[in-house]
Amino acid sequence: MSDPILSLQGVNTNIAQYHILQGVDLDVPRGAVTMLLGRNGVGKTTTLRTIIGHWRAHQGQVLFDGQDITRLPTPAIARLGIGFVPEDMGIFSDLSVEENMILAAVSGPIDSTRLEWLFSVFPALETFWKKDAGTLSGGQKQMLTIARAMIEERRLYLIDEPTKGLAPAIISTMARALRELKDQGASILLVEQNFAVARALGDSANVMDDGRMIWSGQMQQLSTDADLQERLMGLSMEGQ
Amino acid sequence: MNTAPDHTPTMARMSWAERLSPYAPVLLIIGLVLAGLIAIPSTSSWLTLTVSGLAMGMMIFIMASGLTLVFGLMDVINFGHGAFVSVGAFVGVSFLLMLEHMTGAPSLALNLTAMLVAIIGAMLATAAMGWAFERVIVKPVYGHHLKQILVTMGGLIVVEQLIIVLWGPEEIFITRPEALKGAITFAGAALEKYRLVAVGIGLVVFLAMRWVLRSTKIGLIVRAGVENGEMVEALGYRLRLVFVGVFLAGSALAGLGGVLWGLYQEVITAHMGNQTMILIFIVVIIGGLGSVEGCFIGALMVGLLQNYVAFLEPKVALISNIGLMVAILMWRPMGMIPVVKAK
Repeated sequence: MSDPILSLQGVNTNIAQYHILQGVDLDVPRGAVTMLLGRNGVGKTTTLRTIIGHWRAHQGQVLFDGQDITRLPTPAIARLGIGFVPEDMGIFSDLSVEENMILAAVSGPIDSTRLEWLFSVFPALETFWKKDAGTLSGGQKQMLTIARAMIEERRLYLIDEPTKGLAPAIISTMARALRELKDQGASILLVEQNFAVARALGDSANVMDDGRMIWSGQMQQLSTDADLQERLMGLSMEGQ
Repeated sequence: MNTAPDHTPTMARMSWAERLSPYAPVLLIIGLVLAGLIAIPSTSSWLTLTVSGLAMGMMIFIMASGLTLVFGLMDVINFGHGAFVSVGAFVGVSFLLMLEHMTGAPSLALNLTAMLVAIIGAMLATAAMGWAFERVIVKPVYGHHLKQILVTMGGLIVVEQLIIVLWGPEEIFITRPEALKGAITFAGAALEKYRLVAVGIGLVVFLAMRWVLRSTKIGLIVRAGVENGEMVEALGYRLRLVFVGVFLAGSALAGLGGVLWGLYQEVITAHMGNQTMILIFIVVIIGGLGSVEGCFIGALMVGLLQNYVAFLEPKVALISNIGLMVAILMWRPMGMIPVVKAK
């Protein structure tokens, strides 16, 4: 792969006494959606948290656009242009939807064109603009957390399970938003358990197990090969 | 085309109790003031006590507001906060003693200028001290509550002793500036001028703080940081810097509170900060740890209740604040205006 925007090389991360990531290698190409798949508890979220600097790699390197960011503090990593959507959404529930978005626009006032676009993708945000984010439903909170990452153009988006626990109608809204982001040429690293969404969005796929990357290749190859899915993820996700 | 479900909310009619619930803490203050009016036989005494209670509450608020934010933002329990109150009082009073020609003159403008100089001096001194305190004492014990309690209490003792080294062991008596002595008469009630000034300063501080927290980006970062610091950092803000700033501002406010409190008591001692800590903690707990509005309302309630009860039943006054705290915590265990914490 030529010149990836993000590259993990032999990354090891411990959380307390647990050795979670055990030498993760991962390349995220520019302008494409890279899927990070695997069963629960194999280290997908830890991988994203290590990239953004919430956990520290004890060994190995994280390179962002050629720059070593392994030891940079989280705010500095974010300011390089990485948008992060955590698994728990990280909504500020005491703040209004508007205030959440103002905070997310790190480099200055909100760009109104971009906001209009986000309103067209997530109409609920406009409806609840002045309301406390804590009063939103689960799906609306997920829209807010993704919109927050998208309010400014980032060079890379790290998105952790954006469809977790959502109803099918909301999942399709979410998938369409990510598709629009992808069409704009964004680079996205996406953790996703919903295989239909993964298949629809992913360009390439990486499968983890036990803190290691056990398979990397084209999403299309994985999505058409039921045996491969069975072997990599323990069960046929297609049948779920 | 958008196939997302229509998110126009359906509005349900809320009961009166539900509608009033968010305002309950404010209503509680109004209720307390009205209860005082009924319980206290003379209206003029009631008015005097109310102003006095408000003044006391405002001063406690100024001293406590920094502590509640520091706790909310970084989970740091700072038992040494009282040190800033004492140091603020000593520095401020030293300035006032130096400016005696201004405080002794019967000119409100000169008096207020002298007070302003004293306040600015005290706030600068306590802000600098706060910076050093954070670096040397608090920074090494992030995330360890027990260590925080022990080491910040130790810091308080060290500062108290330093005050004794610098200013001597005796208490220092201070008279209020000439134009702020005495009282004005309003509707038959004697209202001490100094207390009215304290109420004014307290209100200005509260409104300014509210404005910063609600209408500026730095305020948004602080409020968001209280709830979920990790996410604020993931957005690209250096929370550590913000925290040091809040610690500094909180220390400076405690210093301001110290000057006001010293002039209110007309005497200052090295232990005054330690003594006010009990009231400060009660107010912070009543209000809800991390909540500035809660702290404000809690402080006013403590001030008012203490004054009313001391007038009606002096012996009960000693336990009135603890009683208030118990009652509030039974009603709202996280304090009056609890702050949401993501864990």
